[in-house]
Amino acid sequence: MSGGAPPARPGPPLWLLLELTYRCPLHCVFCYNPTDFARSGPELDTPQWLEVLRQARALGAVQLGLSGGEPLLRDDLETLVAQAHRLGYYVNLITSGVGLTEPRIRALKQAGLDHIQLSFQDSTRQMNDFLSSTRTFELKSRVAALIKQHEYPMVLNVVLHRLNIDHVGEILEMAERMGADYVELANTQFYGWAWHNRQHLMPTRAQVERAEEVTRRHRERAARPMRIFFVVPDYFERRPKACMNGLGSIFLTVTPDGIALPCHAARMLPGLEFPNVTSASLEHIWFDSAAFNHFRGDAWMKEPCRSCPERARDFGGCRCQAFLLTGDAANADPVCDLSPHHRLVTEAVARAERLPAAERPPPAAAEIPLIFRSPANSSKLFP
Amino acid sequence: MSAPGLSDASRPAIGRGFRLQWESAQNAWVLLYPEGMIKLNVSAGEILKRCNGVATIGQITAELEQAFSTTGLKTDVMAFVAMARDKQWLALP
Repeated sequence: MSGGAPPARPGPPLWLLLELTYRCPLHCVFCYNPTDFARSGPELDTPQWLEVLRQARALGAVQLGLSGGEPLLRDDLETLVAQAHRLGYYVNLITSGVGLTEPRIRALKQAGLDHIQLSFQDSTRQMNDFLSSTRTFELKSRVAALIKQHEYPMVLNVVLHRLNIDHVGEILEMAERMGADYVELANTQFYGWAWHNRQHLMPTRAQVERAEEVTRRHRERAARPMRIFFVVPDYFERRPKACMNGLGSIFLTVTPDGIALPCHAARMLPGLEFPNVTSASLEHIWFDSAAFNHFRGDAWMKEPCRSCPERARDFGGCRCQAFLLTGDAANADPVCDLSPHHRLVTEAVARAERLPAAERPPPAAAEIPLIFRSPANSSKLFP
Repeated sequence: MSAPGLSDASRPAIGRGFRLQWESAQNAWVLLYPEGMIKLNVSAGEILKRCNGVATIGQITAELEQAFSTTGLKTDVMAFVAMARDKQWLALP
């Protein structure tokens, strides 16, 4: 068997993610936003976002994520939600909760917002506030209550990593107390700021196994049906994820400055000119642009993916991870143990094993090069 | 055939947090829910679009039999409603 099949005409971009702004009141060390966001172009204005919504819906997009940065920092959020609702999208707001006041949640509900996913950084004020470099824990707890009060399903997202993964039990208890319906325990994937801070955030295998065990026990004795999703960190797997179901197959992201991407991390991929929605139609971008066609099908693959019987299942894994770890986005995702670069992953995990245990935040952030996501740090990294 | 708690007189409705919608781009009925979507096959779509909390399973069955000029659909409809209820696609008020 060999690769090389030309890409078939793709189906519609069913999933549309609009990153409305890179501005964010939080400074999370694991954010996947690009570390050079400070030098991105100006944000699209309201008519431009409305036009993106219209064009994507005409192509068949139906699930809409409104994200950022913090989407609540856009004061036209209600306008965008209302238009999206009228067009027939299922509208998901992905938020830190900062800025979600009673009047705003009421207005968003009225505009037709279907769902709110609220992020927490940890179960305690100390760790939540440390990891986001803000004082937001109590505010988030109030927002969680507001979400319930307005009869939204309560969906909590907690990004796990070395510094908080040992608190999974407490995090689940916090979620129970808040009346969460779903909890997503998403282990950090290493892109953007998380890639930069990888050494600090990489858990040990023992930590991951313990967290899985705690989650399993919690599921068994939970009094009410709170659904828990535990997303295992890639680096501890031996086969890669079917990232984005293959680039350019169902997923379309638009960055705050209007760049269309086949995945929210893809902006970093070198050699691809991702088109801007202000200068090309989404139809052209999705079906005809070189950047979106580049990783469709399997003609781009190298060995061992090219002749691998599993290539139709995982599409060679994540292009961004392949690029970050090996310098070539067309290589197999090194998470795969068939990849000749797999040791880059196992060595990163092994390094984590050698570091001292991280039970609590370091005494002073300044003593260690853990970089918080902020415009100032972005400018420092990319002067 | 019958499923526990279900009868001809039950009036199923789309479950809370789900939205049923026709998508012409997919040429299918879909069920939308937080950050997810189920593309329905033809018969699932035909049943679910009639589950409005008012029509009874008996009425839904009769309507389907008429629409598709057939008989004996009750077992299939009942089984589907039971499955959909277990998945919370449908609620029985």
